[in-house]
Amino acid sequence: MRWLREHRVAAGIVAMVLVVLAGGGYVFWTSATGRAGEAASAMPGDLLFIDQSDGRDVVQRVPLADPGGPRQDTAERCQRVYSAGGTTVCLRLAGPGPSYEVAVLGADGRVLRTLGLAGIPNRARVSASGQVVSWTSFVTGDSYAVPGGFSTRTGVLDLRTGTLIESLEDFSTTVAGEPLLAADRNYWGVTVAADDHTFYATVSSQNRTWLVKGDLLDRTMREVRPGPECPSLSPDGTKVAYKKRLGRFGQWELAVLDLTTRHEQVLPGTVGIDDQAAWLDDTRLAYAQVPGDGRKSSVFAVRADGSAPPELLVADASSPVPMR
Amino acid sequence: MYLTTRNSPPRTGQPAAGGKLPSTVFALGAVSLLTDVSAEMITAFLPVYLLYTLQLGYVQFGLLDGLYNGATAMLRLLGGFVSDRLRRPKMVAMAGYGASALAKLAFPLAGASGAGIGGVLAFDRAGKGLRTAPRDALISLSTPPGRLGRAFGVHRAMDTFGALLGPLVTFWILAELGTGASPVFVVSFCFAVLGCIVLATFVREHVPPTPKPARSPVSWRACAGLLRDRRIRRITLAAGLLGLVTISDAFVFVVLQKTSGVPLELLPLLPLGTALVFLAAAVPMGLAADRFGRWPVFFAGHVLLLGVYAALLVPNGGFPVAVAALVGHGLFYAATDGVLMAYAGPLVPEALRASGLAVVQTGQAVARLLSSVAFGFLLAAMTMRSAVLLVLGAFVLVLVGSALLLRRRPDALAA
Repeated sequence: MRWLREHRVAAGIVAMVLVVLAGGGYVFWTSATGRAGEAASAMPGDLLFIDQSDGRDVVQRVPLADPGGPRQDTAERCQRVYSAGGTTVCLRLAGPGPSYEVAVLGADGRVLRTLGLAGIPNRARVSASGQVVSWTSFVTGDSYAVPGGFSTRTGVLDLRTGTLIESLEDFSTTVAGEPLLAADRNYWGVTVAADDHTFYATVSSQNRTWLVKGDLLDRTMREVRPGPECPSLSPDGTKVAYKKRLGRFGQWELAVLDLTTRHEQVLPGTVGIDDQAAWLDDTRLAYAQVPGDGRKSSVFAVRADGSAPPELLVADASSPVPMR
Repeated sequence: MYLTTRNSPPRTGQPAAGGKLPSTVFALGAVSLLTDVSAEMITAFLPVYLLYTLQLGYVQFGLLDGLYNGATAMLRLLGGFVSDRLRRPKMVAMAGYGASALAKLAFPLAGASGAGIGGVLAFDRAGKGLRTAPRDALISLSTPPGRLGRAFGVHRAMDTFGALLGPLVTFWILAELGTGASPVFVVSFCFAVLGCIVLATFVREHVPPTPKPARSPVSWRACAGLLRDRRIRRITLAAGLLGLVTISDAFVFVVLQKTSGVPLELLPLLPLGTALVFLAAAVPMGLAADRFGRWPVFFAGHVLLLGVYAALLVPNGGFPVAVAALVGHGLFYAATDGVLMAYAGPLVPEALRASGLAVVQTGQAVARLLSSVAFGFLLAAMTMRSAVLLVLGAFVLVLVGSALLLRRRPDALAA
């Protein structure tokens, strides 16, 4: 009996050592497969994106004219990235927690500013002029109706004045003609127009979402239509692309709203999109999509008028950014 | 009366607060520590995984979250019942810890399917539900009644230490190995397996001193009969009522950040503050509970929580108010979490220990779930300040009610 007891302890210790060795060996083996290479910087005409192949989130570039060509690493590692007008915004890991930060980079790659994020990086945009930067993080554990769910924090930074809006929740919002005052309102996915103060965004409350149009100067937003999320304004400012749900809790698909005619075109074959789509030009969109069958996120391109099915642009990638 | 196990020699001591704790408490503490590293690694990583790697919508995730929160309550009762019925608390706890370990490996298999992830989460939480009551029964059965507060304090402190380590491990992996999912799940699985091995190796099955009777005294009827005992009924009722006015931690942190006006980026660090205070105060609070009575300490903990809610009403209090609130919140956990089990344990007959603890825990857990949902509706309907004021008013009523309910202090040490 006593022998058995001692034997059991020994067996337990041996088992623990084996588990530690196996786990440690696995981690060591995984970390040993690093990547080395020259960091390149993006040029006009490039498509910037985040490489999803190994989980290291390295920002890569390919010429948009030859998206199947060789992919080159840049110096940044980001969870979300966007770039325009010489300004790049990179949402990335910052420190223990795990915590995340917004890094705003200038044209020369120098960090202009970093800001702590309240949650998981999710949306990042820069206005065409490079002057207005916006981002959204999803905060765990603070959704209001469901314990432990999610809510969002959306911030906007104006580089000309240094004005920082920590959260769009301080703006006054009108939905269906009424001011939206519920404490559970959430905002995400900002896209700023060429005038650098008109913007579109998503607001939600009680599991309903609306597309809103707002103004950064007088700090107001009003409803455009119910349903859409994550808007993205076309370069000429005439159309807004967004994702909308097929059913109440269904998957998203991409749609384009003509702001003058109010005609909404749903783009076939885009089911499964998340994040904001990016306009390659005034007629074509790029977006990241998870196929849903266990494969990694990839970047697809689609015509904004819905006349053709989407085609694969870059495999194992997310956060497409056309460099102009 | 305290009945010893076969493995710990009979202590001819009076139920004094001093003396050593049985090694089972430390072994179970180590199991919880390792398991919590594993669990909190996933808690820290899951949002990244769901939103970023799998691109699930947050509404979908909220639904999943509600699902797994609800799944545990009933399984606690089942875990307690089966553990008493088979007279094998360690075996049932082992099944629970094992299920959660296996769930870590099942995540990658579930892929990006919402239903799949929901199923794995539910399985993981089922393991948690199953193991909690038998584990607390093992602590309760192996420790002299006079030291129960300290024993649960030590266990909860070790548990919390693991919970603090988990996110750090996840961050290290994300920083070193990238946000790919496999390393996080594999390392989390390893910690969970280590926890299971420690449980199998260093925790002895509690062997009841009496031979197994031909007909087990443990039945659903006997368990339901526990509530006929006035003291158990009252503590369950009091814990449940207090649970109904307890706002979930997430809400506390969010409201605190907003009203105190501390920088938004500190929001993820607020839970850390509560956990650190809990870690530091769990053992002293346990000792205090042994010395001054468990019910008074449990009650005082809720008075502290009332103070925390009052702090949520102070506009622009800045860091002083935020720190005071977090200290109060951590002390609330230290004064209530293990102390409730230390209090309830000796009231329940040994043969029904796990079931009895499960009944008290389930009442509290269900009440807290209901309060979270209710507070969510309050926030959607009114301003944060009015919602907190409403909770505060209800809290005062419940405190008075529970004080009346248990004013006779049925907390005599010689249970």
